[in-house]
Amino acid sequence: MVLATFARRLEPTPEALLEAFRGGAVGALSRAISWAENGHDDVDSVLDALFPAIGQAWRTGFTGPPGAGKSTLVDALVGRYAGDRRSTALLAVDPSSPFSGGALLGDRIRMNQRVLDQGVFVRSMASRGSLGGLARASETACDLLDAFGFQEILVETVGVGQAEVDIAAATDTTVVVLTPASGDGIQAMKAGLMEVADLYVINKADLGPAAALAGEIEAMLDLRDPSRPRPPVLTCSALKGKGLAELVEALDRIRLRDRDSGAMQGRRQRRALSRVRRRIGETLRHRLWTEHGWEQLARQALADGKRPDRVAFDLLQNWWESGPFGQPAPANPAQKPASSPGPSRKQGNG
Amino acid sequence: MAERRIRVLIGKPGLDGHDRGAKVVATALRDRGMEVIYSGLHRTPEQLVQAAEQEDVDVIGLSILSGSHMELLPQVRRLLVQRGLEHVVLVGGGIIPPADAAELEKGGYARIFGPGTPTQAIAEFIEEKVGIEA
Ligand SMILES: Nc1nc2c(ncn2[C@@H]2O[C@H](COP(=O)(O)OP(=O)(O)O)[C@@H](O)[C@H]2O)c(=O)[nH]1
Ligand SMILES: [Mg+2]
Repeated sequence: MVLATFARRLEPTPEALLEAFRGGAVGALSRAISWAENGHDDVDSVLDALFPAIGQAWRTGFTGPPGAGKSTLVDALVGRYAGDRRSTALLAVDPSSPFSGGALLGDRIRMNQRVLDQGVFVRSMASRGSLGGLARASETACDLLDAFGFQEILVETVGVGQAEVDIAAATDTTVVVLTPASGDGIQAMKAGLMEVADLYVINKADLGPAAALAGEIEAMLDLRDPSRPRPPVLTCSALKGKGLAELVEALDRIRLRDRDSGAMQGRRQRRALSRVRRRIGETLRHRLWTEHGWEQLARQALADGKRPDRVAFDLLQNWWESGPFGQPAPANPAQKPASSPGPSRKQGNG
Repeated sequence: MAERRIRVLIGKPGLDGHDRGAKVVATALRDRGMEVIYSGLHRTPEQLVQAAEQEDVDVIGLSILSGSHMELLPQVRRLLVQRGLEHVVLVGGGIIPPADAAELEKGGYARIFGPGTPTQAIAEFIEEKVGIEA
């Protein structure tokens, strides 16, 4: 197994890491991102200290089917931003192998070296499989890039599994990249992909007419709730450099609009709230399951022939009645209304 | 400290355009559970060290067939040290005569693998070096 304790690599103290980070050391930034990915014990103290510096950057996510040209497009955009002297970072997320847990991360291959030489920060991240975990690690990585001082943070991810929903939740603007040949039109497209977009771009326009797919997308957008801003549909060729100026312009317009209308703030507030909720869920689940020995209890109850849902209800009921927060819950059931906050009455936990 | 995965940069410095070997090794390490970043062809030592720093890798594996290994490989090592990245384990492979390999191993390379080294041996060496059993 490759999950290791890594005795031989010295980890800095959080104080030393912070000092180097604030001094602009790229190595400290990239180590902090590793800490976030690995759930290192000290990452929260680092993030506490950096929190006031987070929120200046704009985060744009790119998703779409494999091979649509996301990396090529993002590379071209990074080049344009760097040319405009906007300091830019790219986070490229690729799936981990479900078999070995390893990953082959090839996004740097497509990066134009001229762009890399301009001080663009590129980080490859493996999804590491866990549902929702992608959002956590990539969002924290974005926070770190933001605190480090990058103005533009681009996130690329393959639109498979849950990834596009995760990325949309972690960014300010989401771009869905398609090609004229994308399946049999939008009927064949994943629902999630069609719902997360703030902007559609049909890439590889050099290979064939994009009008048919663009028309289909527009027809679909006609059916949407008209009170939501309508995502623009653009075409481009990342390879030939066509349509990129228009794309940059459209993205800038969306940003200005969302800043002025309060949409950005609303989105960030929802993001913060769902992050709190997710963190509570993860922490509670972990504590109860492993530290409180619920895994063992559940195994036992299942072995005794109990129904899985019943096992869960009983565990929660007992926990609640024993006073999970240090005080026993009210003993008299008459004082406990049906809508009691007791977890035993809740339907699932999202 | 929570669990983490070994991260490896596979790099192709210099001018030769053959990356079959590099890709075979990259895939084998992936299948072993490592997170492998492949640099693409024709990278300079500066570019490889920059990538290693941004990606926070534990290991750099360099594949080189062009014959310029005695310039490029020591240069990678020098730049790593300059950037404060001496903790990164350096390994190499390709067409490198034994005498040169011995010199590189004296100069900061953990191991130079000869042609035909089984990928499993490379993976095991890396796990050992990075501290799996420590
Ligand atoms: N003809 C054409 N090919 C493109 C274009 N953009 C990307 N490609 C090619 O499509 C392939 C996949 O591109 P890549 O950026 O890796 O796609 P990703 O999987 O979405 O990141 C590569 O061979 C690119 O060179 C384009 O605008 N036109
Ligand atoms: Mg890609």
